[in-house]
Amino acid sequence: MRDRQQRTRHALLTAWTIAVLAFVYIPGVTILLASLTSSRYFTFPISRWGLDWWSKTFNSLEVRQLLWTSVSIALVVTVVAVSIGFFAALAFARYQWKGRTLFQRLVLLPIFFPQSVLGLALLLWFNAVGVDLSWKTAAFAHLVWIIPVVTLVISIQVYSFDPALEEAAFDLGASRWQVFREVTLPVLFPGIFSGSLFAFLLSWGNFPLSLFTTGADSTVPEYLYAKMVAGYTPGVPVLGTVSTFGAALLLLGGYALILFIRRRREAADG
Amino acid sequence: MTKAKGNPGFRSALPIVLFLLVGFAAPLIGVIMYSFMPPRTFSILQSPTIENYTTLFEGTSYISFLWSLGLAVVTVALLALVCYPVAYGLVRVFGRWSTLLTLLFTIPLFVSENIRLYGWVLFLIKNGVLLGSLQSLFGIEMDSILFTLGSIVLGMVYVYLPFMLFPMTLGVAMVPNDTRDAAYDLGASRWQVFKEVELPLSMPGIMIGSLLTFVLAVGAIAEAKVLGGQRIIPITHDIEIAFTYSQNWPLGAALSVLLMLVVGALVLTVLRRFDLDAILGRR
Repeated sequence: MRDRQQRTRHALLTAWTIAVLAFVYIPGVTILLASLTSSRYFTFPISRWGLDWWSKTFNSLEVRQLLWTSVSIALVVTVVAVSIGFFAALAFARYQWKGRTLFQRLVLLPIFFPQSVLGLALLLWFNAVGVDLSWKTAAFAHLVWIIPVVTLVISIQVYSFDPALEEAAFDLGASRWQVFREVTLPVLFPGIFSGSLFAFLLSWGNFPLSLFTTGADSTVPEYLYAKMVAGYTPGVPVLGTVSTFGAALLLLGGYALILFIRRRREAADG
Repeated sequence: MTKAKGNPGFRSALPIVLFLLVGFAAPLIGVIMYSFMPPRTFSILQSPTIENYTTLFEGTSYISFLWSLGLAVVTVALLALVCYPVAYGLVRVFGRWSTLLTLLFTIPLFVSENIRLYGWVLFLIKNGVLLGSLQSLFGIEMDSILFTLGSIVLGMVYVYLPFMLFPMTLGVAMVPNDTRDAAYDLGASRWQVFKEVELPLSMPGIMIGSLLTFVLAVGAIAEAKVLGGQRIIPITHDIEIAFTYSQNWPLGAALSVLLMLVVGALVLTVLRRFDLDAILGRR
């Protein structure tokens, strides 16, 4: 009796989850469809399919500039966020020290903070200090939010890390640098890797922080927003699709890479 | 600084603490200082005044405030209902499919919310995917729900879904199987197990998810603009207007301070109640 109830319940849960997943992907699919029409305005069902707007968008110098700005910001953010976040994660999850609880709350605060307000606060701050706004200030702004996120992501890996491994290496006569390179880093690598993915992708897609801090430079999300508010142009779905599929590919590729490395390591161990 | 010697925790924490002091604490203090400057000025070196706050309390910005808070509460409540079954399934039912499903739920998180909201616009708009299909397949003509309160709520539920789902999944994973089994063995019904065991034990994750969603939703700016057609003006919009069109930075700063106070008080109260190690550390 309980078995059958359970089966019904599981079927319902599965159906619900698929429905939610569909809900999550509706806009992405819509954007893809809209980018494949050759008419000036989007109407559904699509009467004339075509890739005209794709070539138009990619031949535009402005768009190339945007993509370049977005990628530069995301790369800088990734490198800095992972370097700082790695050590922050050790302080967050590994070491027992006085002030750790307070530190954990401090790190979480920027995450639990309205981003548009943070963007404005940084705008005022840059103005007060006398820094000119450019893509570099935007990268700084992204970091305020992304370093804590990366710290959390790496921390989850650090929690499952057994400090005895490091101590064993020390006992066997390894130097501090050797221990770091041969033990700590490889064990924490999956966390660092997902941390980098998060950093890159969150920066790539960020809008509220960029809006107030890029100055004359512009990122892809900002450009899209400006175009959207101004009215319809088919370049928006094209760039949106590129942005979506780029993110998906990077994420799935990264995940496949982790699986691959894990398999190989297991094969080497066994 | 002498304390740093032989204290690896403090040493590892130092870079991020310094960065957050410069990049987070200092700007917030800056905003607070700006909020006490005379209206329509751009420097923080003048004699302080509380004029901005009196303007706010006499004005109508409390309406925007209430809209923002109300929308955030509705979003959190709906998301809790939508996400709990999914989180439960990811932890208990789907087994090895969970990883793939989690990944699929993660992907949209990395696409700028503007693009996704715009996808909804094209889906819901007249002659868009939904109404266009209905018309060509079934000949049904309907009014678009775009630019209504409903579409704003839909957009917010949509955008903040992952922020509720993932902490909730962590929370549900915190319920030990033994405890559930013990409750069943002692004759508890399905509903009793849910009410007395599963819900209370996964509460930390649920609360963190709700808090995160609430904070983000209060700070939401694009939903009301893109999907709501500016029918509703949330507080963030007021703030943006003060900073851009009306060039009244001190007034915008004062609004931001009020928003920060509400959010900050809430975050600190809720976070204090939970042991973060227990929530994140489970593996």
